[in-house]
Amino acid sequence: MKRSIVSVCAALLALLLAAGCSDDDGTTPEPTQPLQIMYQVTVTNLSNDQPLTPLAVVLHGGAYRPWQLGQSASAGLEVLAESGSPADFLQEAKAESDVVAVAMSEKKIDPGTGDLVTVQGDMDKSIKISVASMLANTNDAFTGINAMAVGDLKVGESITVLAHAYDAGTEANSESAGSIPGPADEGAGYDAARDDVDFVSVHAGVVSKDDGLAQSVLTEAHRWTGPVAKVMITRMQ
Amino acid sequence: MSLIAAGVQAADVDVAITNLTHGSYFTPLLAVSHANDIHLYTLGTKASSALKSMAECGMLGGLVSDLDGNAMVTLNDHPLEPGATAMKPLNVMPTANYISVVGMVLPTNDGFVGVDGIAVPSKPGTYTYFLNAYDAGTEANSETLDTEMGCVDMPGIPVAPGMDGGKLGTGVTETEKNETVHVHRGVLGDTNPDGGASDLDSTIHRWQNPVAKLTLTVK
Repeated sequence: MKRSIVSVCAALLALLLAAGCSDDDGTTPEPTQPLQIMYQVTVTNLSNDQPLTPLAVVLHGGAYRPWQLGQSASAGLEVLAESGSPADFLQEAKAESDVVAVAMSEKKIDPGTGDLVTVQGDMDKSIKISVASMLANTNDAFTGINAMAVGDLKVGESITVLAHAYDAGTEANSESAGSIPGPADEGAGYDAARDDVDFVSVHAGVVSKDDGLAQSVLTEAHRWTGPVAKVMITRMQ
Repeated sequence: MSLIAAGVQAADVDVAITNLTHGSYFTPLLAVSHANDIHLYTLGTKASSALKSMAECGMLGGLVSDLDGNAMVTLNDHPLEPGATAMKPLNVMPTANYISVVGMVLPTNDGFVGVDGIAVPSKPGTYTYFLNAYDAGTEANSETLDTEMGCVDMPGIPVAPGMDGGKLGTGVTETEKNETVHVHRGVLGDTNPDGGASDLDSTIHRWQNPVAKLTLTVK
């Protein structure tokens, strides 16, 4: 009798991999759930005066890309980069078969502060993470990470990277009154018109009125060079 | 602390910093080897008073005191010129195999070049890293040059080592929005050496990140 239980369990293990194995003769093991994996994404704002809008975080497989440098921004990324709203961007991501889970944070992240979100999904598919957030005192600048490989992290381990700013290329960098949604202007956010180069590039930074752009509502305090955020990804489970 | 414990061997690592800027200088750069849990600064966190003194005035005494017991070396005695490299060997213990380097960027109010705890590779070889300039967040970036001696808690920049600064600048700003250690936004400067907002020259003193190259040579 004992031998038959062992052989049944061995057969189930071979079929289902991590199936449970009951001591009671005759019971059927529960159907297996794929192993779950959970990541915590922490973003710290390292700019001087660029609030970061609520984070959009995507947990995905090897194929999805939130943006490609030199190529046109998706409609959702345009909304995120111009207005700060992550909803359309995440809706687009959810429609991709390669995307496992999406999450967003609630509040803007002021300079010198941070916020975090967690995402969870099936272990075998959850191998990359992408993050996006707008620099609020700009026309259409955003920061984030693009499909960072996280599959090798062990529980408790983390990866930290510094994230640069990108230009969505969907709105001219006029810096003019009424065109910037952040506190420097409280102007308009999203506009469907694409009146710029229409490809994603590394952002050259803002000019500001202190540097001679007379129409700019921005000051030297809103400038940056190099990375604007610290992104730490920790595997929780 | 014994240098040799349980067959554990200390080794010298050559630490070299190259100044990648066009017209800015680095005050004496402090290189230190330490355990994983030691940080000279943490991005997004307020600077220690020792870091503030280094970033505003190039003074290393506070950091050296805070780091007592760790192997340390000063890479350069005089301001490191644009394009120049400073190199010294640094003792690295297997129990303290992380390297940090900091030094003030001049002329800035409280900008510093730094790296926070690079794990020293165990394999012999030459390893290269590019370093950003950070803003200590402790002083408004007025970009005015001090006209009297002194430094700590004075509002301006102690000196433009290239002797190419202006005077009578009214000040670029009196506030600092991000009072934690963050990525420096660069200097603004202007083209008026006898007035304007800034005493820095926008055609000489601007820089972009990265501002330095760190080379570690593990033997």
